[in-house]
Amino acid sequence: MNVFDIIGPVMIGPSSSHTAGAVRLGRVAWKILGERAVKAQIQLSGSFAHTYRGHGTDKALIAGIMGMHSDDERIRRSLSIAQEEGLLFSFTEEDIPGAHPNTARISLEGENGAGCVIQGASIGGGNILVSEINGMSVSFTGQYNTLLVLHYDKPGTIAAVTNFMAYSGTNIGNFRLSRPKKGGEAVMTIEVDGDVSDNLIQSLRILPNVINVVLIRAI
Amino acid sequence: MLEYYSIEALCSAAEQAHTTISALALADQAEQMETSEEELYAHMEKNLHVMMDAVHEGKNPDLRSASGLTGGDAAKMEAYAETGGLTGKFLNHAMARAIAVSEYNAAMGKIVASPTAGSCGILPGTVVSMLEEGRCDERSAVMSLFTAGAIGMVIAEKASIAGAQGGCQAECGSASAMAAAALVELSGGTPSQAAHACAIAIKNQLGLVCDPVAGLVEIPCIKRNVSGIAIAFTSAEMALAGIESKIPVDECVAAMRQVGDMLPCALKETAQGGLAATPTGLRLKKQVFGEK
Repeated sequence: MNVFDIIGPVMIGPSSSHTAGAVRLGRVAWKILGERAVKAQIQLSGSFAHTYRGHGTDKALIAGIMGMHSDDERIRRSLSIAQEEGLLFSFTEEDIPGAHPNTARISLEGENGAGCVIQGASIGGGNILVSEINGMSVSFTGQYNTLLVLHYDKPGTIAAVTNFMAYSGTNIGNFRLSRPKKGGEAVMTIEVDGDVSDNLIQSLRILPNVINVVLIRAI
Repeated sequence: MLEYYSIEALCSAAEQAHTTISALALADQAEQMETSEEELYAHMEKNLHVMMDAVHEGKNPDLRSASGLTGGDAAKMEAYAETGGLTGKFLNHAMARAIAVSEYNAAMGKIVASPTAGSCGILPGTVVSMLEEGRCDERSAVMSLFTAGAIGMVIAEKASIAGAQGGCQAECGSASAMAAAALVELSGGTPSQAAHACAIAIKNQLGLVCDPVAGLVEIPCIKRNVSGIAIAFTSAEMALAGIESKIPVDECVAAMRQVGDMLPCALKETAQGGLAATPTGLRLKKQVFGEK
């Protein structure tokens, strides 16, 4: 915790959990998609499902999916901006069993055919807990700078990634691997201390068996 | 490096070093975050400017929240404040600032969560008032936010700043305690007086429940930001007069935590009790969300 966790963040109201956290969830989905989204289907569960209109949770999620940050004053108008920019979206309310009360499940289609599905919750103070990416279970809160490395489960891939990080002087605070199927698509969730340079991300992206590398910045 | 576990410890560290809580916290945070004091100061200065912009924008008489339940009261308060009211222009204008920022938050405006969005009107209502009414310069106003932040870090660590965890005492109560300490520093009081102001503010909001109508950050949150500044000012005045809290500040924080733990869930942001569960509260909920 630092002083700007208390005097901050700067955000669009009204609620850090229902608005600021929702923007971050949408943004994580957009980053994982890796291109402009043209279609978004969003399932809302629990408190999100019951109160999303009054809190602007719908506007916040769509703003995030369009790449906005939680302090962007366009959030208020995000639904009409989405229509202007050709992003089709839908919201459905349904209970996701066992999920945190503020959970959203976001399915995106991109302009060049990419797709992704993420599930996550807004857990208070603008913090999020992402629990699933493309069917793989993950767990990160976004309180630390977090690198998501989508890759194929092949020998040496983790070593190559962590070697590059060591070489760039980036310290790993937490590492988690999710691998639903041997040899299939897998994801490394790497929480790091300090900043991550664009150079490092670019170098990681071109490693063999790496599909995509996404940096989720701390609040 | 400082540990933010005790407000008394922070205050005695500042007094031993013959400095202010803000200067101590700024130097420490720069060290902990591995950056320069100038950079942190600039960041805090930006936050102060966001608060000032929100004060200005929130006074628009046509402002309405996303739900349509609130908006426009800051403009009424601002007009009334010019008359001086019962307690004078200064406090009435400060009240208008607190309402303005809280209403602007409800209307999806840009605010600084301090410590939360629900309590975002209290530091602007106090610190921005001191600045805009010519009681301090901008540098002291920015610095006083480091004092408020340091106090808030201890409260977050030892109690809570989340309504869902500790009730409104954790949100508006914490903000008010942070603001009281900032006001003492801005008025030239000692760190120990700041600690007493903090303790008095916490004591006056102990047990305050979080019972938002329809679960929205509007009713009664906006008006509780106003009482939050009133308590911050009166607590600071008492401390500056030399009045001490008989219960030490860290014990007040511990009591806040204990009370928060004892509060039933229905009174911690779930909109199931208190004002949210009144006939009118339920009717307003239906008005916003329909029959469900």
